Amino acid sequence: MRNGYFNWKRFITIIRKEFIQVKRDPISLRLPFAMPIVMMLLFGYAVNTEVDNISTVVFDQSRTQESRAYIDKFTASGSFYIAGYVTSERELSDAIDSGKAKAAVIIPSDYAKQLKKNNEPQTELIIDGTDPTTARTALNSGLLVSQFYSLDLKNGEMKKLGMSAGKLPGVSLNAKVWYNPNLKSTRFTIPGLVGLILQNITIMLTAFALVREKERGTIEQLIVTPIRSPELILGKLVPYVIIGYSGFLFTLALCIFWFGVGVSGSVALLLLLGFLFVYCSLSIGMLISTFANNQMQAMMVMVLVLLPSILLSGFIFPREAMPIAVSALGYAIPLTYFLDIIRGIMLKGVGISFLWDDVLALYLFTVFILTVAVLRFRKSLD
Amino acid sequence: MDRNISYAIEADQLTKRFGNFTAVDHISFQIPKGKIFGFLGPNGSGKSTTIRMLCGVLTPTSGTGHVMGLDIVKDTERIRQNLGYMSQRFSLYEDLTVEENLDFYGGIYGLGKEIVNERKKDLILMASLDGKEKSLAGSLSGGWKQRLALGCALIHKPQFLVLDEPTAGVDPVSRRIFWEIIHELSSQGITILVSTHYMDEAESCDITGFIFNGRIMDIAPPQELMAKNNASDLEDVFIMYVEKVTNRKVSATFKEMRFLHGGES
Repeated sequence: MRNGYFNWKRFITIIRKEFIQVKRDPISLRLPFAMPIVMMLLFGYAVNTEVDNISTVVFDQSRTQESRAYIDKFTASGSFYIAGYVTSERELSDAIDSGKAKAAVIIPSDYAKQLKKNNEPQTELIIDGTDPTTARTALNSGLLVSQFYSLDLKNGEMKKLGMSAGKLPGVSLNAKVWYNPNLKSTRFTIPGLVGLILQNITIMLTAFALVREKERGTIEQLIVTPIRSPELILGKLVPYVIIGYSGFLFTLALCIFWFGVGVSGSVALLLLLGFLFVYCSLSIGMLISTFANNQMQAMMVMVLVLLPSILLSGFIFPREAMPIAVSALGYAIPLTYFLDIIRGIMLKGVGISFLWDDVLALYLFTVFILTVAVLRFRKSLD
Repeated sequence: MDRNISYAIEADQLTKRFGNFTAVDHISFQIPKGKIFGFLGPNGSGKSTTIRMLCGVLTPTSGTGHVMGLDIVKDTERIRQNLGYMSQRFSLYEDLTVEENLDFYGGIYGLGKEIVNERKKDLILMASLDGKEKSLAGSLSGGWKQRLALGCALIHKPQFLVLDEPTAGVDPVSRRIFWEIIHELSSQGITILVSTHYMDEAESCDITGFIFNGRIMDIAPPQELMAKNNASDLEDVFIMYVEKVTNRKVSATFKEMRFLHGGES
């Protein structure tokens, strides 16, 4: 309808005005720095799926040197921590019922005797299954501890008989874990957190930017000026790109220097793609602000966007474990792609040749969302 | 494009429908250049819709309109460049100072820095805002806010000024100062469209138009309207028109309020 062109003077005027407003709004200035600190500390320490030092009680009915050697193997694994010894089944079940112990090891009274007879004595591991993560760790570690111990015992006996285990057939699996050899969950969580925080800050900042003009009625005045919708929308974005990007750099610094999760790949590539993601999230915020008429509505739409992005992007819950339909929904969330990118660069150290599809998706999302925001805004003027 | 542009505003069968509701119903009128046109009508009568169409913000459903000879549908860009607009909400940026608000609108209209600085000085004097240049707009009182909003609407020297209930909620002294400025602007050749509920303001306009239920009831200089209807002031004319259309006496509604007096009469 309005035939014109992109006017740089108007564009720069909008940018200058937004800068002054941001400067006078302490929340917009502090949010990009306060939010990473709070969220990083909260999530960084709370989201920890590694379980060690599971408190365990021991019901040792054998009370022999052999049984103590067996218990030592449990402690040595690091997964178990011997919280105490019990002397009856009753005491044992009390310890688990009360939550004092999450696991219990029962050693039969004939443990040493059976070993001497070259039999396999039956020990028992009782696990509190209310928390599956802890239970799974206890189960796996318990089985491993026992198997290795019994293998050691067998090898020892064979040596005594003049045989070597090397002469018996068997498979030896040499497992190597790449990228995160110690399987530390912070190495997985923290880079993802950088993406999540970045998304939250930027969406929040821009969602309010245009809504504020609606609430205060200043938009009414702007509508009757020659300003065009791309000039207004893009001009409003610029200051928030800078703030959002500073937030990104700050969050990344926390990730590297506080949590010690370094960048294995190209820092330059990460900084470049971080910029793309900031722009993408800002566009989402802009789109929200074309829907909402006041800050309350903007807040509600924001929750609608942020919550699924936490659940479906693969930030905490592995997308591989989701039903296909649900995991497909994750493809509609830009954060999903950025998590691939940031984890790829920080942990795996891969370059653009492995990430191009994520980058392309993110780019298309940004262009699409921004276009819809500009078009929707132009329509709302009429 | 060969139009007679001696008229500042021309509306020809201008109509706007929202779904089934006809907000503005085939209105036609012409306002010569340099006049103050007072636009009167009850709330919801179609005043704002007409104003928004003339500003090129709303597209008419049918009919045509021209502002300074420019088509309100095809030439919106040029109309906006020549249009000053001020609403009753004094849509200023309250977290910007007086000067920054003026700078902002100067930039939005694409004016150079020197021109803005020069006009800013004049406008600040006109609005008697001198000494308050560095105050936040939000800290100004009603009258000052109103005059700053007017200043922002004038920074690009528009030929056509639209004021939508500009004096709503402003004290009498500020109202008087404001209208002195309006008359001064009109004498400089600026055409002014002003909507108002204050009849004393309406009487000082060059032309007044009554709109009701989306139709123009009458449009003429205020003295003519009063003489034609044998009324002593415009308020009576206003009420007479409303009664004529609704077939109901406006004052009758007070009789129906008998419960207020305990039903003694």
